[in-house]
Amino acid sequence: MATQATTVAPKLFTRQSIRGQQRSRQLVDKLMTGLITTCAALAVAMLLFILVYVIIRGAPALNFAFFTERPLPMGEVGGGVAPAIIGTLLIMGAAALMGVPVGIGTAIYLAEYGRGRFATIVRFVIDLIAGVPSIVVGVFVWALLVRQVIGHFSGFAGSVALAIIMIPIVTRTVEEVLRLVPDMYREASLALGVPQWKTIIAIVLPTAKSGVITGVVLSMARAGGETAPLLLTALGNQFFSFDLFQPMAALPVQIYNYAVSPYDDWHTKAWGAALILIMVVGLLSFITRQVTRGRGLGGR
Amino acid sequence: MHAIPDPPAPAPQPVAQRRSGENVGDRVFRSSTIVLAAVNPLILGMLALLLFIDGWPALQKEGLSFLATTTWDPVFTEFGTAHFIFGTIVTSLIALVLGAPIAVGAALFLAEYAPDWLREPVSYIIEMLAVIPSIIYGLWGFFVLAPFMRATVEPFLREYIGPLPVIGALFSGPAVGKDMLTAGVILAIMILPTITSIAREIIKAVPDQQREGMVALGATKWEMITGAVLPYARAGIVGGVMLGLGRALGETMAVTMVIGNSSAQITPSLFNPGYTMASAIANQFREADSDIYFSAIVAVAVVLLFVTAIVNGLARLLIWKMARGPVGLRI
Repeated sequence: MATQATTVAPKLFTRQSIRGQQRSRQLVDKLMTGLITTCAALAVAMLLFILVYVIIRGAPALNFAFFTERPLPMGEVGGGVAPAIIGTLLIMGAAALMGVPVGIGTAIYLAEYGRGRFATIVRFVIDLIAGVPSIVVGVFVWALLVRQVIGHFSGFAGSVALAIIMIPIVTRTVEEVLRLVPDMYREASLALGVPQWKTIIAIVLPTAKSGVITGVVLSMARAGGETAPLLLTALGNQFFSFDLFQPMAALPVQIYNYAVSPYDDWHTKAWGAALILIMVVGLLSFITRQVTRGRGLGGR
Repeated sequence: MHAIPDPPAPAPQPVAQRRSGENVGDRVFRSSTIVLAAVNPLILGMLALLLFIDGWPALQKEGLSFLATTTWDPVFTEFGTAHFIFGTIVTSLIALVLGAPIAVGAALFLAEYAPDWLREPVSYIIEMLAVIPSIIYGLWGFFVLAPFMRATVEPFLREYIGPLPVIGALFSGPAVGKDMLTAGVILAIMILPTITSIAREIIKAVPDQQREGMVALGATKWEMITGAVLPYARAGIVGGVMLGLGRALGETMAVTMVIGNSSAQITPSLFNPGYTMASAIANQFREADSDIYFSAIVAVAVVLLFVTAIVNGLARLLIWKMARGPVGLRI
């Protein structure tokens, strides 16, 4: 890459050769400017194309019944995806109950105490977990809970899989915002004789409150769209179910099942469900972005 | 996934290190955060161990032929996964070839070319690409991209590139639409934001003196980029590309929906439907009725885990080297 710049100077300097060279250099420069702008435009166009398409195809599916009724059997037109919406909420809630405390606890450890070899190991492990493909997490929970401990597909198994996916996201975001809390706050509190644990709970965490919430919401937005691990664990369900220890419907799985079916009505429903999913996920990340931007800490 | 180059991890609060005077509350709180932090290695250890134990029977039965043969026949309990591995590698490579240049170009645009008012919205939109759930890429690929590939792109490629001597073999055979090429294109879109956000941060981290030196010598902007910015940022950008590769290797739903899922044998044509490791798992787990079949599916997950761990590890190493901080980049 570096060679191009060093070969700029020609062997023989005549007025003409310099001018010709300059012109071609400028031409290349213009060309590359155009090319690079095209790259960015292409990426933007891609997103807009997908978004607009989901909206156009999905909007006709949305009506009152879509949010309140259960899916009808094959061939019947009508029905909705209410069990999938409820299922996603329940599975996400249970996943958050498991994943968020671990994530926040780990982040506090790393930001407030984290030194030495154990902290290095934990950081490395968090990076590794974040890199594990979600399908592999799914296979792990499937092999452990679905095939052995519980014995059948269940919403709870789905929650465990999603919790594992959430932990690294929560940990990284929260650790980062905790580090943004100025040390002065901690020092002032400690100087007043407040023990360190109280300093963390009463000073550091409240200061970083909105950042912590952002991390949690962001992780839920990410995990809520996961399909592969849920397919292997929660499986899906056509009926209303509030029992976490039974197979449970979830929005992404429902989209998949509808999409690969041969019915036009179900395809429309797949787009409708996709529109709901994309709106929820997009809204959550939009809010988190607004909160984190500018005032990294928020709070006071 | 915000890619923010970490400051060289400030030593956390020297004030807090008075261990001797620690009271009971401190000890309890400290220990409980350590316990919570210890959950992570525990999960990872369990995951790796359990997958390995469950996958062992199949690995032991098949030996090396698990990786080297292409017969996946649960009925006769023959499990060769070479064609799954082939599909994973080919689709990921297509994704890199198509996606990485565009991603780096977009990163250059954001870091070097974009006017201030355009920078924020464009980088936000590109980050949105990372937020879209993979099932929606799958849905879009299934109903929009695959038919388009079959009707327009693939016949075009076959007609114009197909007759060429060596590369022509890549674009031969009937255009199916749901094949490796389409899967690669979907993956290219999906890994784009990952690579762009890291490359952008890395390019921003190049010191301005590098640029100024080049410009002072009379270089054009493009010469400045190739002469000063890219050589400096190379390791980090390659790291970003490899993280994108890690994402492509493990991506499941979007690929499953467009790759055709047919265990055709390994051929050079990209118009062939195929399987990746991830899509094979997603398609077959429900049929795992015998213990050895179950074990074989888990073993595929083990191979996938192993490959992605290596790729991600290398990627992080490169980015760390670039960022020169103990924590490296947050992805």
